Parts: sequence; C-alpha cells; structure tokens
Amino acid sequence: MAEAAREAWITGIGIVSCLGEGPQAHLQKMMAGQPAADTTMFAPFVIHPLAVINLDAQIPKKGDQRQMEAWQRIGTYAAGLALDSAGVKGKPEILSHMDMIVAASGGERDVAVDAAILSGMPGAKDPAAFLNERLMSDLRPTLFLAQLSNLLAGNISIVHGVTGSSRTFMGEESAGVDAVRIALSRINAGQSDIALVGAAYNGERPDLLMIYEFGKYMLKDRYAPVWERGGNGGLALGSLGAFLVIEAREHAEKRGAKPMARLTAVVSDRSDRKPGAITAVLGRLWDKIKDKVAIGHTAVLSGATGAQPATDEERAFLGAHADLAVRATGSYLGHAPEPQFPMNVALAAIALGHGSLFAPADSTGLERPMTGELRQVVVTGVGHWRGEGLALLEKVG
Amino acid sequence: MAGTRDKLGRPIVVVTGLGVVTSLGAGKADNWAKLTAGESGISAISRFPTEGLKTRIAGTVDFLPPQSCTAALCEAMADIAAEEAIVQSGLGSRGDFPGPLFLAVPPIEIEWPQRLEVSARSGANDKVTYTDLLRASSQFPAYHGRFQFASVADHLAEKFGTKGSPISLSTACASGATAIQLGVEAIRRGETDAAICAGTDGSINPEALIRFSLLSALSTSNDVPQAAAKPFSKNRDGFIMAEGAAALVLESYESAKARGAKILGLLEGCGEMTDAFHRTRSSPDGRPIIGCIAAAIQDAGLTPADIDYVNAHGTSTPENDKMEYLGCAAVFGERVKSVPISSNKSMIGHTLSAAGAIEAVFSILTMQHGRIPPTINYLVPDPAIPLDVVPNKARDAEVRHAISNSFGFGGQNVSLVMGREPA
Repeated sequence: MAEAAREAWITGIGIVSCLGEGPQAHLQKMMAGQPAADTTMFAPFVIHPLAVINLDAQIPKKGDQRQMEAWQRIGTYAAGLALDSAGVKGKPEILSHMDMIVAASGGERDVAVDAAILSGMPGAKDPAAFLNERLMSDLRPTLFLAQLSNLLAGNISIVHGVTGSSRTFMGEESAGVDAVRIALSRINAGQSDIALVGAAYNGERPDLLMIYEFGKYMLKDRYAPVWERGGNGGLALGSLGAFLVIEAREHAEKRGAKPMARLTAVVSDRSDRKPGAITAVLGRLWDKIKDKVAIGHTAVLSGATGAQPATDEERAFLGAHADLAVRATGSYLGHAPEPQFPMNVALAAIALGHGSLFAPADSTGLERPMTGELRQVVVTGVGHWRGEGLALLEKVG
Repeated sequence: MAGTRDKLGRPIVVVTGLGVVTSLGAGKADNWAKLTAGESGISAISRFPTEGLKTRIAGTVDFLPPQSCTAALCEAMADIAAEEAIVQSGLGSRGDFPGPLFLAVPPIEIEWPQRLEVSARSGANDKVTYTDLLRASSQFPAYHGRFQFASVADHLAEKFGTKGSPISLSTACASGATAIQLGVEAIRRGETDAAICAGTDGSINPEALIRFSLLSALSTSNDVPQAAAKPFSKNRDGFIMAEGAAALVLESYESAKARGAKILGLLEGCGEMTDAFHRTRSSPDGRPIIGCIAAAIQDAGLTPADIDYVNAHGTSTPENDKMEYLGCAAVFGERVKSVPISSNKSMIGHTLSAAGAIEAVFSILTMQHGRIPPTINYLVPDPAIPLDVVPNKARDAEVRHAISNSFGFGGQNVSLVMGREPA
C-alpha cells in the first residue's frame, strides 16, 4: 500500500460468559482467580455454562427472542452490549455505514425431534418415508433460521440496525481470528471506518459435544486449568458471546469516542498440523509482529484450549518467549471455537485499561506473576484442530 | 503504474481463471453449450426417496461418485471447479497457488445417515437420546474432521497450496458473491496479487429440502421438472434447490499483464447493503436492494447507463423477482425495460451458497462470447414485471459491462459489476 496504514482503535466491548457480562464482572472474577465450570449438567463432560443474563435488556422484543435459538440470543445480546459501550447504539447515521463480520457455526438442532426420529426410524416399515414424514410434521419452520450461520448477523441487523455490510465467517477458531483480521485490514486500508466484529457460541448443546467427542477432544470428569490437563486433557466447551467495535482513529476522534486499546496487528495462518507445525507457524507469525513488541511491558493472553497436541505445541512456542507473562483465559471461561479469539481481544483491552494482568490459574509454572506496567498484550488463537493466529493490542497514550 | 489502477487509484482486478460445475455438467465448455441452448438441469430427485414431500425435484449433481454427506459433495465439486480455474489461469505451480482462498460453503452439519450410524452403535433400546449418541461418538474419529465448518476449505487449501488462513464464509444465497468481493478487496489492499474465490453447494438431502419447503420457498411444479423454474413469469411458484460449484482466479491487472496471462474479464465493482426489515423478506420499499445495485455500479466507477446486461438473482419466487424488478427499475429508470436481464436459475436452479460464484462465471462467459443465456420457461409474462428477460432463446449481444445480483436470507444483498479487458 502506498499510504501508511490507518490506526485502529477498539472503542466498544460486549462480552458474556460463565463469569457474567461486561468488563467489570470479568475483570473482578479473573483478578480473583475464580473459574466457573460445571461437571454435572452433561456429565462426564466438563462445560462452562452461561451466567444468567437479562435478554430483555438488549433484545427488547419477545418476538425477536422467539425467532432465535440460544447461540443467536447470546450473540445479539453481546453485540448490543458492544454497541452500547461504543456509544453508537440507536444511532442510524453510524450504524448504517457500520461493517459487520460475525464468526459463526450454526446448525442448531431440535434435540427432542432428533431423539424421536432416531428412536422410531430403525423399526419403521419404510424408514425413508418415516424420516420424510416426521421432518415435515415435526420441524419448526423457524428452526431453519437458527441453523443458518449468517442468521446471527441477520438478527443483529434486525435488532440493532447494523446495516453497512454483513458477512459471516465460518470455520471454528480460524473464523474468529480472520473476522478480526479482515475487519482490521479493511480499516487500515481505508475500506471501512467502523466495524462490529464478534461471535457467539452455545456450549450447552449435546449435539455440539458430539462433534468434539468424535475426535475425543472433550475434557471429562474433573475440571482443571488448561495447562494442567496434560497429554490426555481436552477442551471444556463454554457458552460465550464476544463483540468488539473496531474503529479508525480519525472516525473515533471525530465523534469523541475514547479508545479502550489500539489494535495494532492481527496475523493468521494455517499449518498442516504435522508434529511441530503449530510451534513453527506461531514462530513465523511472531516474526511479523515482534518489532512492535516492547519487552517488559507485554503479556500474552492465550487461547489455549486444553486439547492436544495443540496445547503442548503452543506451550513450546511460549516457552521460547519466557520474558512474556502468560494467562490462558480458557481456564476461566472454557472454550468456544468462534468467539474465543474476539473474546481474548476484548479481555486484552480490558486488562490494558486496568493496567495489570489477571491472576494466574496454573500450577505448572507457565503462568507467572507479572511485574511492571502492562502496556501491550499479544493474543494467541490456536484452534483445537486447525488455524493459528496472533493479535497485538497496545495501550493508547 | 498508470493503466493498472482504476479511477480511484486502486489496483484493477482481473479474472484469469474460471471453473464451474452444475447440474448441466462439469466444466465451462459443457455448461456454456447447454446454457446457451436453453437446456434445463432440473430433474426428479433420485438420490433419496421423496415420498410424501411437497417438492420432489431439484438440480442435483449426480454425475460424480456418490458422496457420504453434503460436506463431501461440496468438497468434490469445489475441487473440480478450482482445478479448472487454476489450470486455466496458469498461475503458480501444482499444489502451490500464490494467494489466499475465499470459499462460500453451506453450513456443515452431521446428517441423518451418520446420526443413525452412531445411534445403532450406541446399542440403545427403544428410546434413543443424545446421551446414547455421546456414549458411542468416540468410535467415529473421522467424523470430527469431516463435520468441522472449516473442513471443505481446509481440504482445498491443502490440495491447491493456497496461502494463509483459508476463509469459509456465508452470506446465505449471496455467499458466492461475497467470496469474490473478499478477494477483490484483498487485491485492492495490495495484500496479495492473486486470490482464488469459490462457492460450492451440495445441500440436496431430505432435511435441507424440507427446511426450505417448510418456509414455502420452493416450487411444487413437480410434474415437468425442466419447466418448474420460471423466473419473472406470472405463474412462478418458488425456487428449485440446486447444486454446483464455481471458482474464479482473481489477479491484479499488473500481475496478470506482467506474466502475459490471458485476461478473461474484469471484476470492476462490488456493492452490498444489509436489509434489517425481516429475516427472510426484503424491505417493501426495496431500499437495500437499490442501494446495493447502485453501490456496485458506483464502486466500478460507472453509471447505470454503462450496464449492458443484468445477470439476475431471479430465483423464481414471487417475492424475489418482484423486488429485483423494483430495485432495477429504481436504478435503471426507463432503461429497465430494455436492458437485457436473464436468470441462469431458470436452467440450473438456485445453487444457494454457490450461486453468486457460478453466476459470476456465467457473466464473464456472457461478455467473452457476446451471447446472453436466456431465461427459459418464460411463457406467461408477468405484467407487473415488464422486463426484457431474454425469453427462452439465447441472444447475441455486445456486453461491455454486466452486473450480477445475489440476495439472501438474513438481509444479505451483494452485487458485482464485471467488464471486459480494455482494448
């Protein structure tokens, strides 16, 4: 590019998780070192269920709430919090040119319908006809709208009026990384002035547990912080909603918005996941941002899932940077593929605003106390199966 | 580098490779011949029993070996389309494509055959629940990777050696156009000299068909499948689900010229505008569609008078075709009656996530060949939609600039303006 990249600020944050909603609740509980996991709801699987939220506060129409399933309600709620926090809620002059990138999966099931069909089909006289008949009569037409990945973005447009553009990235952890990366690239290059970026996930669905159990990726029986789960560890799904308002500095200044942090860089790649490949790719991504990193004032917020071998390989990369203090947020929040990276970018901005890092949750020696003022955070995003990414955030001023 | 930048100083984006698969066949040559002959790829569904279903026809791709699920069929079709496009472009070397991948895919889901297989293995009596499925799930390790949303793009990235993190995306029925738009933007930013933008959709399975059926979106004209898709006709009664894939190699003009590549067309402009009116319906005033079409023409540095052909979204639903007319009428004014506008979907059906990419390929071919594919099955004109739909027979015409529209559930609207290489 001929011109220098335009600076981008994070000016709004909306987050919900098992710890509650908003920056304060997360800061408080993570400073106090209080994870919240459940081992009974889907025993033997460990999950991090969503804290109770008052949906009416961000999705005022009951009709809208009924048209969504849980993952969409979580996301539409978190998006509303982010727009509020950026001071743009209900401002059509801004929302009508706001670009939206949502990272989503979808595929919501009606668990009761599935169970009834699975129970009845093997004994049916004509199984195929039975399937057609049950689906025709038992599927709620509106369930389809909860299965389409782009209908979280669609609901955000309807409920909050974000209409500049709307794109949905799919693909688990990578989708979350690349949503933030593309939004930032567009702002840097002058293709966009203000963007709403984020994701949502309902970790309390048995059909989703099934996807991860196919590959034996799930943490079972007992909660432990991610670094302590070892070679036979796994991930604990969490319900998360995380949205960011990312804005060109000049756009923010013109409307008097304050920066929560500067989003300096987001880089991503795809390794083939042969042994050592993750560590190598993280090393190459690090090389792209290392000139901007101020040693002594920088911490790492890791998106380590607890799943192997990704977690060990990320640990090997972090081990080569022993001068950086590390915290894995998954120990507190659980893992939700698409929102994990946007959530950690949000938590990084919150930590920068607070000026210090959360409490360690690790007895293996990787997470050490941090001394010195926190001025930068590197966020890592290593997918449980594919995808690697890094972000660099900095304190403004 | 004057001459390789557009009026706004951005790198000009050109197309150097095209690949396509539809129910008409695999490859550009076969598709183009049938499309301009007005052949339909719609037929009675034979992949699964359709007993008791309201819609029993579709544009299935049945000439490939049977696949285990939608994700696998999406992958197989995208493979063919990407291979054709990359080979035509001559860019990079085998397994080493020098740019990123943007892929439009449908949501990836576990389907009934797999669910039943896991259920059977669980050994549950009578009443099966997800607790039973979870007990048996770890015996199916291959299903983890297969049913990741990233899996189709991951496979393509591995096979063709695309660079960076492959992006899978959905903007519902506008997805294919969004994939192209993301590639155009990346090249304009100067991030890359080339990108492969693709769309694929192989969603015809019982549940997916029933979902659209329950929303009353599909045609129920089952008796003569080839005549069921009738965009812009007064008796249109819904769209026809269809399968296919397309891929475009996009490249900066500078890079294509430097290596002496044959330029197939230009990607001149992209427009989008989100509709916040309703989850499945367009704003009655058509404002977002109008804004989307106008934005694409403006982004191309053109005016509506420069557009010689509209490649319609033209789904054949009562609502879409009326709204598309309204949008075009507002943008083109009096010219709306005389600008040729045709719907590829009259022949290939609605290829959903792939539609925007497939129809962009056909738009480029339209300009290259100077021949506009028809809107077939146009026997009962709708007086409320007075358009030149290129009825029933292909027509020779010089097309310098074409616009292709894609509109989807969730308020998604994307339009692409394409052109020919300047002489």
